Amino acid sequence: MKEISNTVRVRFPALSENESVARVITTGFLMHQGVTPAALADIKTVVSEAVTNAIVHGYRGRDGARCPVFLELTMYADRTLVVKVRDKGRGIEDIEKAMQPFFTTDREGERSGMGLPIMDAFTDQMKITSSPAGTRVVMKKRLP
Amino acid sequence: MKATTANCGEDLVVRVLGDVDHHTSVGLREEIDRQLAASAPRRLVLDLSGTEFMDSSGLGLILGRYRKAQEAGCELVLLRPTSAILRILHLAGVDGMLTIRQEKGGQV
Ligand SMILES: Nc1ncnc2c1ncn2[C@@H]1O[C@H](COP(=O)(O)OP(=O)(O)OP(=O)(O)O)[C@@H](O)[C@H]1O
Ligand SMILES: [Mg+2]
Repeated sequence: MKEISNTVRVRFPALSENESVARVITTGFLMHQGVTPAALADIKTVVSEAVTNAIVHGYRGRDGARCPVFLELTMYADRTLVVKVRDKGRGIEDIEKAMQPFFTTDREGERSGMGLPIMDAFTDQMKITSSPAGTRVVMKKRLP
Repeated sequence: MKATTANCGEDLVVRVLGDVDHHTSVGLREEIDRQLAASAPRRLVLDLSGTEFMDSSGLGLILGRYRKAQEAGCELVLLRPTSAILRILHLAGVDGMLTIRQEKGGQV
């Protein structure tokens, strides 16, 4: 995995319109990697999920314009893609519980509680580290 | 958010175009619910053939409309979801509980 072929790092405010911005950046990055449409769809989805969680949950009740979300995409020579999404929000109280299908702390928003299970299913590996100072999600996927 | 609707007989058909994410789903939800309340159809058909992207926010939207439709005594039909959307519906285990049609053209 060691050798990096390409990497992109962006920081943007936690505004919901930036969910599609994150997906467009991801699509642009992967376009040069000869990725299959199915793999591209999966990666766009997991980026969208993680970025949305940062905006909706991480910075809940705060002015998103003043809250940073960090997205990092790294492609390694062996075609392993690493996606990192980080926020400086409130953190996840119980990660194990949060991972359960249909678990959500936001009922009014019509959330399905399927974001984290989708991220887990669509990638080869997912790691979450979280504290009251923020959350960091790292996902790895070997591209065909 | 772009939704074009056509009220053919007893079906309210909503064409969901473009991306369905957290940003767009709020407006889309309001639009669908407004149409649903205005026309009281027998079936609510969400045409997903032109939906380019959907994540769990779209899943929440669909499940929310499923409940709304049930309350109104109306059936929810998903028309022509893409394979990526089907994958998400399947992962959530809701593909068996919803009516999903793959027919082309106007017929449902
Ligand atoms: N970045 C984050 N910061 C704080 N809490 C988070 C974060 N990501 C996830 N969570 C917590 O984990 C729960 C589960 O997240 P998940 O994405 O699975 O579902 P959801 O976002 O609630 O609903 P959906 O993604 O289906 O719209 C959230 O309800 C929230 O409480
Ligand atoms: Mg989520």
